[in-house]
Amino acid sequence: MASPSLGHDATSYAPPAELGEMELPHAHSFITRYIFCQDAKVIAIQYVITATAIGLVALALSILIRLQLGFPGTFSFLDPSNYLQYVTMHGMIMVVYLLTALFLGGFGNYLIPLMCGTRDMVFPWLNMLSFWTYLLAVLVLVASFFVPGGPTGAGWTLYPPQSISPGTPGVGGGIILMLVSLAIFIIGFTMGGLNYIVTVLQARARGMTLMRLPLTIWGIFLATVLAMLAFPALLVAALMMLFDLLLGTSFFMPAMIALGEQRGYDGGSPLLFQHLFWFFGHPEVYIVALPAFGIVSDVLATHARRNIFGYRMMVWALVAIAGLSFVVWAHHMYVSGMNPYFGFLFATTTLIIAVPTAIKVYNWVLTLWQGNIKLTVPMLFCIGFMFTFLNGGLSGLFLGNVTVDVPLADTYFVVGHFHMVMAVAPIMVIFAAIYHWYPKVTGRMLNNTMGKIHFWVTLLGTYAVYYPMHYMGFAGVPRRYYAYGETAFIPDSVVTLNSFISIAAIIVALAQFMFIYNMVVSYFRGEEAGPNPWDATTLEWQTEHTPPRHGNFGPELPVVYRWAYDYGVPGAKHDFIPQNVPPEKVERAGPGDPQAR
Amino acid sequence: MRVTLIFLAVLLGISLAWIVRQTINVRPWVAETPGPSAPDHLPAAVTAARLGLAVLLAVVTSFFMLGTSAYFMRMEMGRDWIPLAVPGILWANTLVLVFASFALQRAWNAARRWNMDKLRPALLAGGACTVVFIAGQAVAWGQLQSAGHFLTGNPATSFFYLLTSLHALHLLGGLAAWMRTMVRVRRGDAPYKIRVSVELCAVYWHFLLLLWLGLFGLLLYN
Repeated sequence: MASPSLGHDATSYAPPAELGEMELPHAHSFITRYIFCQDAKVIAIQYVITATAIGLVALALSILIRLQLGFPGTFSFLDPSNYLQYVTMHGMIMVVYLLTALFLGGFGNYLIPLMCGTRDMVFPWLNMLSFWTYLLAVLVLVASFFVPGGPTGAGWTLYPPQSISPGTPGVGGGIILMLVSLAIFIIGFTMGGLNYIVTVLQARARGMTLMRLPLTIWGIFLATVLAMLAFPALLVAALMMLFDLLLGTSFFMPAMIALGEQRGYDGGSPLLFQHLFWFFGHPEVYIVALPAFGIVSDVLATHARRNIFGYRMMVWALVAIAGLSFVVWAHHMYVSGMNPYFGFLFATTTLIIAVPTAIKVYNWVLTLWQGNIKLTVPMLFCIGFMFTFLNGGLSGLFLGNVTVDVPLADTYFVVGHFHMVMAVAPIMVIFAAIYHWYPKVTGRMLNNTMGKIHFWVTLLGTYAVYYPMHYMGFAGVPRRYYAYGETAFIPDSVVTLNSFISIAAIIVALAQFMFIYNMVVSYFRGEEAGPNPWDATTLEWQTEHTPPRHGNFGPELPVVYRWAYDYGVPGAKHDFIPQNVPPEKVERAGPGDPQAR
Repeated sequence: MRVTLIFLAVLLGISLAWIVRQTINVRPWVAETPGPSAPDHLPAAVTAARLGLAVLLAVVTSFFMLGTSAYFMRMEMGRDWIPLAVPGILWANTLVLVFASFALQRAWNAARRWNMDKLRPALLAGGACTVVFIAGQAVAWGQLQSAGHFLTGNPATSFFYLLTSLHALHLLGGLAAWMRTMVRVRRGDAPYKIRVSVELCAVYWHFLLLLWLGLFGLLLYN
């Protein structure tokens, strides 16, 4: 069977050379091609469609929330329980099931193999299983809407003891399904994450050194590392809470009387849950932000026709942010009570994160400086991101300080802050990325006019929604309240402002339907894009076919000779040199060419 | 959280050192033709399967470190902690798991020399010992129950049930991989495939043995 000469060396583990570079599980039927498919690109699209579908549910919930806040008492079908359930599910879906899944499952799956120059992920079957596990998690989550009592209304942070005590909406089936769904999501994500990490580290094309990787891949890679280390905290917390709820242990539940009844718990610590939750929760912000940072860097460079400013600094800033994000979690718990020295420590680490983040923002601005800026739709969304992220980040500096956070905690200032920095900013990047890569995924361009309308309505609309919330926070308006009633400290102007915000929110939501319409119609009737409509340098634009087929590249895998940012190279004929063009094949500019300087 | 932070610091320290080595003194903007051996790539010994297992083990370690952190924090935060009377059978179980790990190491050695006569019994013994270990853990649970230490009685007992069942679940997952390896051996798959499977199983079992020793120490410590 095998020759006895095979020794203990590593090569005896390697498949024989005649098997070729990688065995691809090619699809032979409709089912293996589109449903149980092992091609990362199809899995990516499956992720995007599922995430978008559940994201639209969360969008609808946010409109219901706004209807209640903007026009209290007008809609009789919105009662206080429903309101809390909508707030909870909106938050959880948007953060975990939409943003995380879209950035890592969607863009990660599509871009990692293509940008690294490999045929597919290293474990395609596991990758497929990852999507189906994610879909199961989403279905379990959706099922919680239909159980008696409805979904949980504990707030997306699910703090015990309130989340599993009588009186909270959805304390029966709702919270159980929520926790089970999170556990399934984490298991599914781990399968995908294994793929992303190993593919980036192990399967890159020849010549694709770490420092030639596009920043998109750096962002997705580091975010995956964060997620793999942080999601277990949520898993532990979810399992312990399920034990408390179903089996009667007292991990988190103190001795308490609920609705006049002594409950069987004793001695548990709600603070323990908060520590575990935020040990996941804070890195989660960066799980969403790091891929966004990476994508913005690449889209900016491409559409400004300029190399990214300070590439190495950008990589180290990403690494620094990733590392620091694990030592700031307790800044979410200033008002939960803690040793003042800890508050000081966590405020300091929080403010230190501003340094690498500021480096990134400056470098984006300096990339645009003297660039040949093309105000395409992806570029517009990137610029929108920069402003929004800056504004949201600055209000974060306020909240990172204990003394300022205490009066502002649980007010609309917090809602305004995290929606700017963590909702609108990453969503802007998702839009930029979709407008940027849609031509590669489908072979057709999105409609430009609709894209610009979409951008302006979304940008101005979200500012109209979230900017006023900061003022409401200063006024002391608390968040998560169903209605405010007669209070001495909330002026009438807040009521008017709430109506204004609600109208703006509805307009923004409607604009998103135009975007979806654009995506569907352009798929059939969009202008033919060609292989490389943006004249980009990265490998996904150099594929043999558009859209790329299973296996991504032609018979030969690409060889990489340069970094991803050779735009406007002096003396070259074209203003971009793809990563797989060897130095000796670069066309020189003739005397009449504009680049000949 | 101290336990978790120490683990993370070690892990991040190693990764950071590696990343810095890869990225310092590199001029990314210089275009050049890659040589025949790519120095930036991982050594040939770091195959996708091995690296994948290493990443998985890092995630599992993170998971159990967080469980351990919760264990210590709950011990400090509540005033109701009563140290657990550790059932004696756990010592015997530990020994059985050591046997399982040892048997799989022998299977790995046999696979490297491609000695099928030694590979099959060693692999079988590894799986059998693991099943005995899980059964032994169930006996330990039964003993605790009959001694009146129920799941809800005390946080120390709750953690015992939680952590041991999570560890057993990870062993069951390992058994699924072990069954796949058995099928491969029976089917007579290509040698490199069998080698990889046996190797991954052996490493995973060593890891779970270490994990169990850690958890057992933790339970004794309280």
